[in-house]
Amino acid sequence: MDVLYFAWVRERIGIPREKVESSAKTVAELVEELRGREERYEVAFSDLSALRVAVDQELTDFDASLEGAREVAFFPPMTGG
Amino acid sequence: MIIRVQSEPFDLGAETEGFADAQQGMGAVVTFTGIVRDLPGEGLDRMEIEHYPGMTEKALEKIAAQAMDRWDLGDVLIIHRYGNLKADDRIMMVATSSRHRLHAFEAAEFLMDYLKSRAPFWKKEFTQSGAEWVEAKDADEAALDRW
Repeated sequence: MDVLYFAWVRERIGIPREKVESSAKTVAELVEELRGREERYEVAFSDLSALRVAVDQELTDFDASLEGAREVAFFPPMTGG
Repeated sequence: MIIRVQSEPFDLGAETEGFADAQQGMGAVVTFTGIVRDLPGEGLDRMEIEHYPGMTEKALEKIAAQAMDRWDLGDVLIIHRYGNLKADDRIMMVATSSRHRLHAFEAAEFLMDYLKSRAPFWKKEFTQSGAEWVEAKDADEAALDRW
């Protein structure tokens, strides 16, 4: 699946998007996998309360299933308007 | 519903006029315009607005559709910019029309409250001393409760 990062999450991880091969069943499991990779991921995902997640461009939560998901995005709370 | 996400500036007068001209049988048009605020003291060099292409349009359409369902509206217009902006530049606008003004006013407020924290935009402010991401306020999230 494609994993996308926006705003300071993108800056901390250092890339805007990447392909991730994962057997994670939920967003939370995917986060655990990413955190285990390298320190920059650990830093970006250290406080989940400061993050929001969208699966296939719909805002959801960390318990959400990744079944059939093509795109997962992580970002800070939005500041539109 | 007219939804536009663009980097280029928009003409507030022409957009308002065009929207109002297209209405039929509507007694009220309400518009709101968001403008880049300068920072007191050090001054803002520029503001960068990042967004999530694809999700942004979907989120704005969903918010506009909710407003159309909930109030008796003729139409809704949302324009939101991304990219580099300077103090006093116009960031975004919404326009609503209705037969009676209350619906247009309330729907415009609803759109703004939802745009703030449910549309995937992020603002970064650049000053002489560096750059900072604008943090979402608890009040923005709390504002959704009244709807």
